[in-house]
Amino acid sequence: MTNVISEIKKDFIYNLLLKGERIDGRSFDQYREISIERDVIRKAEGSALVKLGSSQVLVGVKMQPGEPFQDTPNRGVIITNAELVPLASPSFEPGPPSEVGIELARVVDRGVRESKAIDLGALCIEPGKKVWIIFIDVHILDDCGNILDAASLGAIAALLSTKVPASRFGLGEDYILPVRDIPIATTAIEFNDVLMFDPGVDEEAIANTRLTIITTAEGNICGTQKSGTGMLRPEQVYRIIDIACEKAKEIREKFLEA
Amino acid sequence: MIAMDETDISFFKDGLRLDGRKADELRPVKIEVGVLARADGSCYIEMGGNKVIAAVYGPREVHPRHLQEVTRAIVRYRYNMASFSVEERKRPGPDRRSYELSKVSREALEPVILTNFFPRSVIDVFVEVLQADAGTRTAGINAAAVALADAGIPMKSMISSCAAGKVADTIVLDPMKEEDNFGQADLPIAMTPSGEITLMQMDGGLTPDEFRQAVELAMKGARDIYELQKQALVKKYNQMAEPGKMEVHACD
Repeated sequence: MTNVISEIKKDFIYNLLLKGERIDGRSFDQYREISIERDVIRKAEGSALVKLGSSQVLVGVKMQPGEPFQDTPNRGVIITNAELVPLASPSFEPGPPSEVGIELARVVDRGVRESKAIDLGALCIEPGKKVWIIFIDVHILDDCGNILDAASLGAIAALLSTKVPASRFGLGEDYILPVRDIPIATTAIEFNDVLMFDPGVDEEAIANTRLTIITTAEGNICGTQKSGTGMLRPEQVYRIIDIACEKAKEIREKFLEA
Repeated sequence: MIAMDETDISFFKDGLRLDGRKADELRPVKIEVGVLARADGSCYIEMGGNKVIAAVYGPREVHPRHLQEVTRAIVRYRYNMASFSVEERKRPGPDRRSYELSKVSREALEPVILTNFFPRSVIDVFVEVLQADAGTRTAGINAAAVALADAGIPMKSMISSCAAGKVADTIVLDPMKEEDNFGQADLPIAMTPSGEITLMQMDGGLTPDEFRQAVELAMKGARDIYELQKQALVKKYNQMAEPGKMEVHACD
């Protein structure tokens, strides 16, 4: 699952880093260009194609009535899945979801769930019997780094464009799915005490520590995930949080609060 | 964390928590080293109502072979919950949660393991949750770190793990089941004794200031657990050094 990177390239990236530069000329906290196209899949209740630099992630939302969980009989259900399909990277393989894919889906899910963006209570159709189930399916199309942020962005963008297909199931008229918050995930990697946001695929290959911070519209933190086999000092964590809050605000205002 | 509707559980009574603890107090911890005969290293831990056992095998040959790395040992970590460890029977075998926990727990320990001492080999860590009461991943990591030391795996340092949470707008150390289920946030960390963080997850809602508070409190908890881990290891190896009590581990 790991991306291979030549020692020469690693050296090159490292030496640039010492000069305070990145391979694509960005500053350490600068995101690549973001584009979000919504409603790209007509068959889905909501969808979004996110491009983060050359990384491309497609997220589709499907909804259908189903049984609630026993311990939450009056609440809708969110199920998040991610497919790291082999067309997206030479290191992805077909087969059951990998550890990386599961982690990705669970962190995307954490953002949607813990921000309470979706009012699960409002998704109850018949208490204890029938509730709306929201399937958020993440399809990675091109992995050029930081697919986690792209996937989270795609998930919330797709939800924001989701229409509940009530008429198809004889449950009244279709309506726009109410979304109460816009969680944004921001990821940084640490390499030799340098913190870099929105890592490209080569930068991911040299760093072994990654921290994702998910923030809500109010500027609170609703989820974090450290990943990779490195360590972070508390000061580094706090610095990532400060920058992550700022970046998330910029992204939220620019792309999702229209 | 299950986001429940408003509940009327009161988390504090006369300034104390449901189990009588102060906000910054750990649950009772019990650590025993070398509890399994077949494993190269093992540890049993109780943290409050959690009962977790960890075993380490290796360094040993990698199977399947294609997983081997020529410059270092690989580390595998399997977090597994017994079906009877929770209120409602858990279907046996790995689920998505345990895949994720296995990954982050492995990544919590790997930074301190000197894997380059053992090229082409594997260090297997198996963690079984026998009884769960919130905080099983942290208990698992604590037990696994001790089991690694017990197996004689060279490490840069110990790893200790603890969670902080938020209940009734108060930051608390080491949340128990009720506080985890109905609380507002959960933040487990793992770290080295010098405070380098190797695991950090969070769900719920915290302001940036509360986040810092929670990290600092969890780190305090981890430091306390570190002392207990050390004591447990010292205790076992002191006993072994007494005449007549020396156990020779023969290779079978």
